[in-house]
Amino acid sequence: MAVLASIVHVVLALALAPLLPGIINRVKAWVAGRRGSPLLQAYRDLWKLLQRGTVYSRTTTGLIVVGPVVGLACVVAALLIVPLGGVPGLMAFSGDFLLMAYLFGLMRFVTILAALDTGSSFEGMGASREAFFSALAEPALLLGLAALSVPSGQFSLSAAYASVTWAAMTSTVGPAWLLVAAALIIVFLAENARIPVDDPNTHLELTMIHEAMVLDHGGPDLAMIQYAASLKLWTLGALVVGLLVPVRSGWWCVDLAVGVAGLFALAAMVGVIESTIARLRLVRVPQFLVAASVLSILALVLVTRQS
Amino acid sequence: MNLWLELILVSLILANLHLLGSSRINACIRTVALQAVLLSVVSLLVQPHPIGLRLPLLAAASMAIKAGLLPWLLRRAVREAGVQTEVEPIVGFTTSLLLGLGLLGVALHVADRLPMADADGARFLVATALFTVLIGLLLIVGRRKAVMQTVGYLAMENGIYAFGLAFAVQEPLLVEMGVLLDVFVAVFVMGIAIHHISREFDHIDTDRLSALKD
Repeated sequence: MAVLASIVHVVLALALAPLLPGIINRVKAWVAGRRGSPLLQAYRDLWKLLQRGTVYSRTTTGLIVVGPVVGLACVVAALLIVPLGGVPGLMAFSGDFLLMAYLFGLMRFVTILAALDTGSSFEGMGASREAFFSALAEPALLLGLAALSVPSGQFSLSAAYASVTWAAMTSTVGPAWLLVAAALIIVFLAENARIPVDDPNTHLELTMIHEAMVLDHGGPDLAMIQYAASLKLWTLGALVVGLLVPVRSGWWCVDLAVGVAGLFALAAMVGVIESTIARLRLVRVPQFLVAASVLSILALVLVTRQS
Repeated sequence: MNLWLELILVSLILANLHLLGSSRINACIRTVALQAVLLSVVSLLVQPHPIGLRLPLLAAASMAIKAGLLPWLLRRAVREAGVQTEVEPIVGFTTSLLLGLGLLGVALHVADRLPMADADGARFLVATALFTVLIGLLLIVGRRKAVMQTVGYLAMENGIYAFGLAFAVQEPLLVEMGVLLDVFVAVFVMGIAIHHISREFDHIDTDRLSALKD
């Protein structure tokens, strides 16, 4: 039954992930008093991009073609590992959270290579920032997940998240896990290039981080990048939701429905965050990410003290 | 251990880290006041005996001074001196945060080795208290503006108060009231000193005082 639940989760993720950016944009528009684009806009964009041809600059060497394909493959592989609340990941083994973190690392690496391949100075700048900020976000993610695994002693994502129950949250590990949740939310915002780290709607190349790296991609390549971005939103979001909504009912349908609803709520929360706070100055971003690492380390110290 | 106590102690640690990471002086003053409020709650939580009338009164009095009067004095000093932010601290904000983590390790290490009557909650309370004292010291040596150094002094006082709470009997609270009186006078004097420094030199950067010539 657990395998069936995991398969349904993966299929749902592949089908519903483009809804998340739609919800974020809809909430942002609603807070700003506009009607906003339809919820299914991301699907239409993907469809439109898939119809188009691609244009490659003569300076590129072929890495620009590899980038989006490998990136999408990485994020789908990460999706197979990640549990959504009580629904375990399709694959689970000890230490799989390292694989997940480095699948995202590989995705970032190929995106950066593709960006540098275009020879555009803006893309090089974006790539450099992305590499810097993600290097700061990585310890927060890994140490946070470690703090999550220590109390149960299970170093696999699915087992660690299965131990996050309401009873555990109200016991003495609760405060530490709340810190992990805060750190994971910061990582979630940073890795998905959302405000306050990066502004996905910016039109000024000088201030872009993630968007600057994909300026020269078009057509199906861009579609793959955007689809991979929404899947990444889903995958990292599942880590946050699994911790903040500790519903482990035992029926996989209920767990799955609660998890998906939690993801949609998380997207709405991101919309509210993006409408209410401004983007951090670029020099302040490292401090924000270091703060996330500090939260994770504090959580790790707390749980290791208790066990 | 009591979940509420643990939650409050973790918030105290977070407040300390916020003191290190924030550049806004007013936000830091608010944080120190919040610490004082949290500590008053802790003082009621750690009492093993049924709480009489005297303890809540003492806690309320110390809260009124540390969360009301002293922050008000400091805010007044900030307004008079016309500074809003600590722009260039001697130890940078990110470095301070990382140093703070190191100090947390030191505090936990020391608290685990202190010989004391073994109560599980008290050990963590002692660690938090030591951490708060260390953060206060770090703020005093690591910040340029005189107001922030005073904030560090208040954080240190909060730490000492928490340390007294770890050995929770009623008498230390009375001793604490005496200490609080000293702190009150000290902050009062510092407020006047800040006012004078800013009037004489148009800034309150204390590191430039060492370059005075006659």
